[in-house]
Amino acid sequence: MKLLTHNLLSSHVRGVGPRGFPLRLQATEVRINPVEFNPDFVARMIPKVEWAALLEAADTVPKGPIEGYEHDEKFLRQMHHVLLEVDVLEGTLQCPESGRLFPISRGIPNMLLSDEETET
Amino acid sequence: MALSCTLNRYLLLMAQEHLEFRLPEIKSLLSLFGGQFISSQETYGKSPFWILSIPSEDIARNLMKRTVCAKSIFELWGHGKSPEELYNSLKNYPVEKMVPFLHSDSTYKIKIHTFNKTLTQEEKVKRIDALEFLPFEGKVNLKKPQHIFSVLEDYGLDPNCIPENPHNIYFGRWIADGQRELIESYSVKKRHFIGNTSMDAGLSFIMANHGKVKENDIVFDPFVGTGGLLIASAHFGAYVYGTDIDYNTVHGLGKASRKNQKWRGPDENIRANLRQYGLEKYYLDVLVSDASKPSWRKGTYFDAIITDPPYGIRESTRRTGSQKEIPKGMEKCPESHVPVSLSYHLSDMFFDLLNFAAETLVLGGRLVYWLPVYTPEYTEEMVPWHPCLKLISNCEQKLSSHTSRRLITMEKVKKFENRDQYSHLLSDHFLPYQGHNSFREKYFSGVTKRIAKEEKSSQE
Repeated sequence: MKLLTHNLLSSHVRGVGPRGFPLRLQATEVRINPVEFNPDFVARMIPKVEWAALLEAADTVPKGPIEGYEHDEKFLRQMHHVLLEVDVLEGTLQCPESGRLFPISRGIPNMLLSDEETET
Repeated sequence: MALSCTLNRYLLLMAQEHLEFRLPEIKSLLSLFGGQFISSQETYGKSPFWILSIPSEDIARNLMKRTVCAKSIFELWGHGKSPEELYNSLKNYPVEKMVPFLHSDSTYKIKIHTFNKTLTQEEKVKRIDALEFLPFEGKVNLKKPQHIFSVLEDYGLDPNCIPENPHNIYFGRWIADGQRELIESYSVKKRHFIGNTSMDAGLSFIMANHGKVKENDIVFDPFVGTGGLLIASAHFGAYVYGTDIDYNTVHGLGKASRKNQKWRGPDENIRANLRQYGLEKYYLDVLVSDASKPSWRKGTYFDAIITDPPYGIRESTRRTGSQKEIPKGMEKCPESHVPVSLSYHLSDMFFDLLNFAAETLVLGGRLVYWLPVYTPEYTEEMVPWHPCLKLISNCEQKLSSHTSRRLITMEKVKKFENRDQYSHLLSDHFLPYQGHNSFREKYFSGVTKRIAKEEKSSQE
């Protein structure tokens, strides 16, 4: 699971609503996966990122998008690495409100909940 | 430089496959590249010859870099219903537009294409000779000419009734071919990882084109299966996400769909499929998730949602259920420890899909999905509706004598506000689709009736 994905995921446990974001990430196995750098794509993603959630999930992240980031290659490469190259293979995502755990195995999060657990 | 206001006319030679899907594909692509579909005729029916006005050759070339429905495009210099009409038409084409391609330093060749008829070499040469009045000054080069000119003769569509003379003759400068070779190179037959319902390669590219997918987009498939639809979008430069309720399919585990293969190999999963075509960098993630209970945070971040939801025939329609619901024999998914209910009414599924699209698509983003239809009862009013989404196209593909599926393309035109979730309940549009809930029964009813009939007649 990439950190970009973690930044877009939220818990849908019943009654939790917007407090289900962000999910608390516990990674037990992480792999760094080289991905071809595409500055245009990274620049497109910057406005979509919830920065506080990203800071919680990753260690070395710039504090926020800097002025003129679209043309700042150093900044974009840093963001590229954090968002797309860090791959969580095993771990859990935890709903911050209910504590419910969603497992990640083989790099794939399992977000399934039963009827009782989810919002109507 | 003075620019004439008249747009240049181009001749598109279309492939004779997926007839209804062609016009929406061309329209979507033209709008993607800043053009518009302008033609003297609204539709061309079954004809493979389409005449369009396009603002620039660049747009025409961009169109051909994407289309799988069009074989080639030509800059149209003349056309007519007879050779004389064609020659007159050519004489009326502005010489200053011809000259850049005919001057003495250039090389060229002329090809004769006939449709629904074969000509002898002698007949072809006669036709080339008849064009001598054109101001060609360059040298003929049959191997690698700079410019290729084509004469296209249309002898109709009926192979049992070939006319003496063509209905139409066109002359144009060849510009580019379309992407039909993708259909072969991405064929499901050669793909590492397939499922029971993997989409035909041609249709998956058509879907990506209807969806106006472009480079650096994020495309999402909520019923991803083995990822076939994502491959087409990735080929066009989009980054892709997928979810599926089936743990085994997402992980690439379990029985294989390929004949003679028992279990899926370690290299069979969606990521591996993208890797097979050199598209792994576009793989974002796949998740095990119930499309009716999505786990995405509030926001608009998908540029397109392109999907083939289950119809309940070869793959079951499911959503996660409740502990209370489980009667004997109900499926349980051991890895996820969540009971999976087998009944998910189709109309609910499409309503969930439209609502999800309205909420998470960027403004102007597209939803492209297949809607299964029991043809004897189908009416246009049945197509699911949403106040934020505008219907762009609805193309039918027949599945059997009484069923078909329709490729529905919608575009988000209005920002999503919470109350939209409930407005459908007030609309009559919601009710007609109820009929489709028994799609599975109706699909099988035709089959069982026919088998009974055949057995009866063989006994007589």
